[in-house]
Amino acid sequence: MSGFRTLLHKEILRFWKVGFQTIAAPVLTSLLYLLIFSSLLDTQTQINGIRYMAFLIPGLTMMAVLQNAFANSSSSLIQSKVTGSVIFVLLPPISYIEFFTAYMTAALLRGLMVGAGVFIVTCAFAPPAFAAPFWILAFFVIGGGVMGALGIVAGIWADKFDQLAGFQNFLIMPLTMLSGVFYSIHSLPLFWQGVSRFNPVFYMIDGFRYGFFGVSDAAPERSLAVGIVCFAVVAATALFMLRRGYKLRY
Amino acid sequence: MGIAVSLRSVRKSFGALRALDGISLDIREGEFFGLLGPNGAGKTTLISCLAGLARADEGKLSVMGYDVVDDYRETRRRLGVVPQELVFDPFFTVRETLRIQSGYFGLRHNDAWIGELLENLDLAGKSDVNMRRLSGGMKRRVLLAQALVHKPRVIVLDEPTAGVDVELRQTLWRFIQRLNREGHTVILTTHYLEEAELLCERIAMLKQGRIVALDTTRDLLTKHAGYILSIRLKNDNALPGTLRERAVQSKGCWTFRLKDPNEIAPILAAIRDDGHSLEDLRLLQTDLEDVFVRVIHGTESEGEGSSQ
Repeated sequence: MSGFRTLLHKEILRFWKVGFQTIAAPVLTSLLYLLIFSSLLDTQTQINGIRYMAFLIPGLTMMAVLQNAFANSSSSLIQSKVTGSVIFVLLPPISYIEFFTAYMTAALLRGLMVGAGVFIVTCAFAPPAFAAPFWILAFFVIGGGVMGALGIVAGIWADKFDQLAGFQNFLIMPLTMLSGVFYSIHSLPLFWQGVSRFNPVFYMIDGFRYGFFGVSDAAPERSLAVGIVCFAVVAATALFMLRRGYKLRY
Repeated sequence: MGIAVSLRSVRKSFGALRALDGISLDIREGEFFGLLGPNGAGKTTLISCLAGLARADEGKLSVMGYDVVDDYRETRRRLGVVPQELVFDPFFTVRETLRIQSGYFGLRHNDAWIGELLENLDLAGKSDVNMRRLSGGMKRRVLLAQALVHKPRVIVLDEPTAGVDVELRQTLWRFIQRLNREGHTVILTTHYLEEAELLCERIAMLKQGRIVALDTTRDLLTKHAGYILSIRLKNDNALPGTLRERAVQSKGCWTFRLKDPNEIAPILAAIRDDGHSLEDLRLLQTDLEDVFVRVIHGTESEGEGSSQ
């Protein structure tokens, strides 16, 4: 497994060396969301009996985890493909499972760092609650896992940076922005409530938030089941692509 | 000596293009082997199939007795490939790059060998410099170091000296020759045929995915041996009619391909008898470049093909 260890180490070094851009920048973005939305709505709004600002924090944290887990594996792969340096990981005796696990773990770690950063910074504005820590951890792992694996799929599939940007802007962004980060889906019209229930990211945010407040729109067990199914599908796709060498080995 | 690399009826197509059309070849352990051919002949595809970067549609490839598909871990440990493209990871320094590459092969405490590589490739002074800041020649040396970091038994060099200055080329070849003397098998593709002639014991020439010549360098040269006589007449006069059809004209020079040095005398006699005198005369021995041109273009008896 030493190939795995080195590949993981390299992946961590890669984002750590540009930490200002990969960790600090998303933390700042989340903080701006919090300041803008909560200053507009905090005084009048409560959701499920929770102050709006406090409600916003887990959603923003999870959104940062998801987006950064995706960004890490996808951008690492597309960069190395476009520059040709992917050859350095294709020539050594690294199995496709080691490859997958290393990229996944690095994606989760980046998600964890950014998520923790967002949480710590935003907690200064509303005292945190930890109603059910197990669910926090479970949804972090499964949500980060789904997005890390999806990043591998997208990074391998995309041939150019703009294809990856399209994936990010037209799939990942709408799914995360319309997932109930900023609202409870119960405040939506019935039709859109129904639509939101087809968005897997909704379950991850909702379940993650349950871990903090013990209240959620959907039952956390159900949300976790959705997350696990999504992970199984995306991870299987990524593993299949890696095993076949799809777009990596011709 | 065992077989280092064995290829059996290897085929690979890209759509309608047959990149490799039934290549069979054995390369012995410790051999310095040249793989020559024009662009698009299939050299890089062959190397890619060997290294697992591409999959052959048909045929068997093995490295040191291990199958490149079934035992890919074993073959990749034994194979070091210097790619043709000048690629690098812009996040890391030279030393980091080499340590990481070493780690991929399971060698986590390899600093002594990494130091030796840096020293031998004149990179010691640049070990803590980011890859982005290196010149092209230095990046190429790092690529070579990366390929050698796990001390592979078989070293594959795909155009290693493209764009490299003369001095560096010398350093590079000295090091590769040392490794070859120590028992490493070396497979080289290059466009510099004088390099191949000087270094390679045996050569395969590829054309459109097939091997069109396979022999020791010496035998290739002997088989195609001959002389190239190049003459220029005073006042840029034309050759006598009897000689004109045997010669090829280029830039005021007339070039003859001769099998035997004794053929020179009648040519000179014919010129003298015609009342002309010589401005310049050069006699060259056939080199690998001539052999290459003749084999690849199938022009055994004609063509300019002169060389210096």
